[in-house]
Amino acid sequence: MAKAATAPAGAFFANWRQNIIYIGFVVIFVVFALTLNDKGFLNPNNLLNIVRQTAMIAVMAVAMTFVLSAGEIDLSVGAVAGLTTVTVAMAIAVAGPVGGVLAGLATGLAVGVFNGWLTTRIGIPSFLTTLAMMGIAKGVAMWISDTAAVPILSPGYSWIFGGGSVGPIPVLMFWMAVIAGVGHVALRRSGFGRKVLATGGGEMAARYSGIDTRSIKFKVLVLSSCAAALAGMLYAGRLQSGRFQLGEGDELSVIAAAVLGGTSLFGGKGTVIGTIVGALMIGMINNGLILMGLEFSQQLIAKGAIIILAVALSQKRG
Amino acid sequence: MTAPAPVAVRMTGISKSFGGIRALDGVDFEVFAGEVHALLGGNGAGKSTILKVLNGVHVPEEGEIEVGGQKLAAHSPEAARAAGIAMNFQEMSLIPTLTVAQNIFLTREARDARGMIDDADSVRRAQAIFDMLQVEVDPTALVGDLGAGQKQLTEIAKAISQDARVLILDEPSTALSVSDVERLFVFLRQLKAKGVAIIYVSHRMDEIARISDRATILRDGRHVITAPLADLPIDVMIEHIVGKKSKGLADVARGDVSRGEVLLDLAQVTGPHKPENVSFALHRGEVLGLAGLLGSGRSALARVIAGIEPAVSGEIHIKGAKVAIRRPADAVAHGIALVPEARATQGIIPAHSVADNMVMSVIGRIAPKGFVDRARVRDIAEDMIARLSIKTASRDHAVSALSGGNQQKVVIGKWLATEPEILILDEPTAGIDIGSKAEIIRLVRDLAQSGKAVIVISSELSELLTACDRILVMADGRAHQMLDRADLDDPEERDPEHALQAAERRLQVEIQKALTVKEASHG
Repeated sequence: MAKAATAPAGAFFANWRQNIIYIGFVVIFVVFALTLNDKGFLNPNNLLNIVRQTAMIAVMAVAMTFVLSAGEIDLSVGAVAGLTTVTVAMAIAVAGPVGGVLAGLATGLAVGVFNGWLTTRIGIPSFLTTLAMMGIAKGVAMWISDTAAVPILSPGYSWIFGGGSVGPIPVLMFWMAVIAGVGHVALRRSGFGRKVLATGGGEMAARYSGIDTRSIKFKVLVLSSCAAALAGMLYAGRLQSGRFQLGEGDELSVIAAAVLGGTSLFGGKGTVIGTIVGALMIGMINNGLILMGLEFSQQLIAKGAIIILAVALSQKRG
Repeated sequence: MTAPAPVAVRMTGISKSFGGIRALDGVDFEVFAGEVHALLGGNGAGKSTILKVLNGVHVPEEGEIEVGGQKLAAHSPEAARAAGIAMNFQEMSLIPTLTVAQNIFLTREARDARGMIDDADSVRRAQAIFDMLQVEVDPTALVGDLGAGQKQLTEIAKAISQDARVLILDEPSTALSVSDVERLFVFLRQLKAKGVAIIYVSHRMDEIARISDRATILRDGRHVITAPLADLPIDVMIEHIVGKKSKGLADVARGDVSRGEVLLDLAQVTGPHKPENVSFALHRGEVLGLAGLLGSGRSALARVIAGIEPAVSGEIHIKGAKVAIRRPADAVAHGIALVPEARATQGIIPAHSVADNMVMSVIGRIAPKGFVDRARVRDIAEDMIARLSIKTASRDHAVSALSGGNQQKVVIGKWLATEPEILILDEPTAGIDIGSKAEIIRLVRDLAQSGKAVIVISSELSELLTACDRILVMADGRAHQMLDRADLDDPEERDPEHALQAAERRLQVEIQKALTVKEASHG
């Protein structure tokens, strides 16, 4: 009986490279808890802050897990989130909160369909499609907002999308949990998720097995833009305004979260739980380094070093 | 006469071309329900193409397909599957990052009450299939971690798990042991009894003779004959497969060679998987052919000599001195060059120029101070283009713009630039038109004449017979027999074309014999 109980733990540590993200998360958490206790790292408010700061990255990273697993990439997520904050804020001013939500979703859908169409029908690699889209989305956001912040004067919208909390629990945490849960089940257990993994794992083989790989790639790119739009809506709600700068540079954190969590940049391998832990880990590192009193320059260096270390440790060696 | 069985598959007038080459030319193909139908033909006869047409991977330019009396409306893998056709794809339909069970039931996974994939059920059903075949494959293992034999079993399991009305098995036995094949046959006979139509492709006549009811033979993209197996003894089958050779190879003259000293001597060499205990001596000025079926260990032997998969036991002597070849660089240093099988991935960088490809293996020599000596690049490239008569607009044109035959010459030129004494060519004429084939063969002869020792691996027996002075027949990783090319000739036959055909038939018989010897030793 004792053997049965220890077997899963044994397997967990035998595959420690695969599970390095979870081990690393715990190690960093313990180190910060011990060294930064007097600076309030373990304070529940601080921990909830980490969640608040991580939620948008996490939402986008869940969709990015699908994109990477299908062997594609989406560099436009940060810019699309920024654009969405502007379209949502402008639509709320004209048509109220419901109109705002519809405008936000429409933004994500439009960008996603365009990305997917260019990638799967015209045949431009998604790296280039979405790199160009990053510039276009940001340009459109600056243009329609005249580079000014657009205020959101709807308390209801702000509460639901990012600003509110139920008791001590921020609404952002619910969004993150719901997206993570749906994403996890979809990737692990749904036919769609299996087709995504098959497409990224071996496109030719997937096609021979009767999978429409172009449609799968199209769908993951649409999914990613829609998740970016949702993240944009959360940014807008939390900061009660739309600004083109919001979400800037997020694509790198989003991809880093997914890769840290064990998703392969080459496709075929991905886990949503790992991605969420990866996102939380990046948020936690940011938070801890700020509490340590490091300068921004030092934070960047330390963050980069930790990410390299984690990914290097997770590599299988022949 | 028994009552005619219902027709399971009827393909009429199927034509298909690839880049101007007619792979199938108005082929008719008919398979009955409840029979095992062998599909035979040499390399390039069109077997794979017609199966891929039937399976919806290729769309034919002309012709109609009926499955179970119903005309197939669309040509796609999905439509073929819906019509009840299943096929194993020689490892091409497996996804390395998924498990065995996930691969077998890909897109057909069992669902639980909430519509979610039930992987545990897939594992159970996969295990049941492997149990039925009495083979050991772990359904939860990642396909990427499997060996060739287990991958092949997974492919077969994937095909038979579909409960198809038409089951296509394309060379299912190349990586299987004799006992695995026997159990597969038992299973196929059960399927046959249930009325499943089975199309069986194999180069092994002994297998065909044991399992099939009827056979169809294709040659050069055309239908030759369909007949019950009782009417097709092995020599008749071989005759139909070989047929009348199209012009090209027969007119390559095999000039006399003066064999020089022994350059390469293998004693009981064994590789990591294959080959096993292979010994032979290779002389200066001769061409040695390696004959055998897929999986016989020909390419593995080449990889051992070239240091890609170093030998685990045995001795290799070069010019009488014992050498250790542990890495490809060791082999190059000892004057060995391997022109690999997969030209596009292992041989050339298609987007780079002819000249850049030519000097790839000698960059260290032409860049003594770290800068590439452009005059020497030009000299080497021009020398090789002239010597091998490579047809290219200029040395600066991308290799991708060249024809297959000229691309192959670039690869050969690249290795000649290292000035090797021992040259190994693995399937040097694969995917090359007949005219260029003859040119490559002539080139091989010339290289030997100029004092090099050459080893040629080819699945096209007529090529081996044209190019080689001696032929080593291999089966299951072992050297079976060393044949002198001259002994395969019929002294009576004067017409060079007929002589080549006669020799090819004899070599075929020897290769098939090697397989039966292997089985006897296993049994």
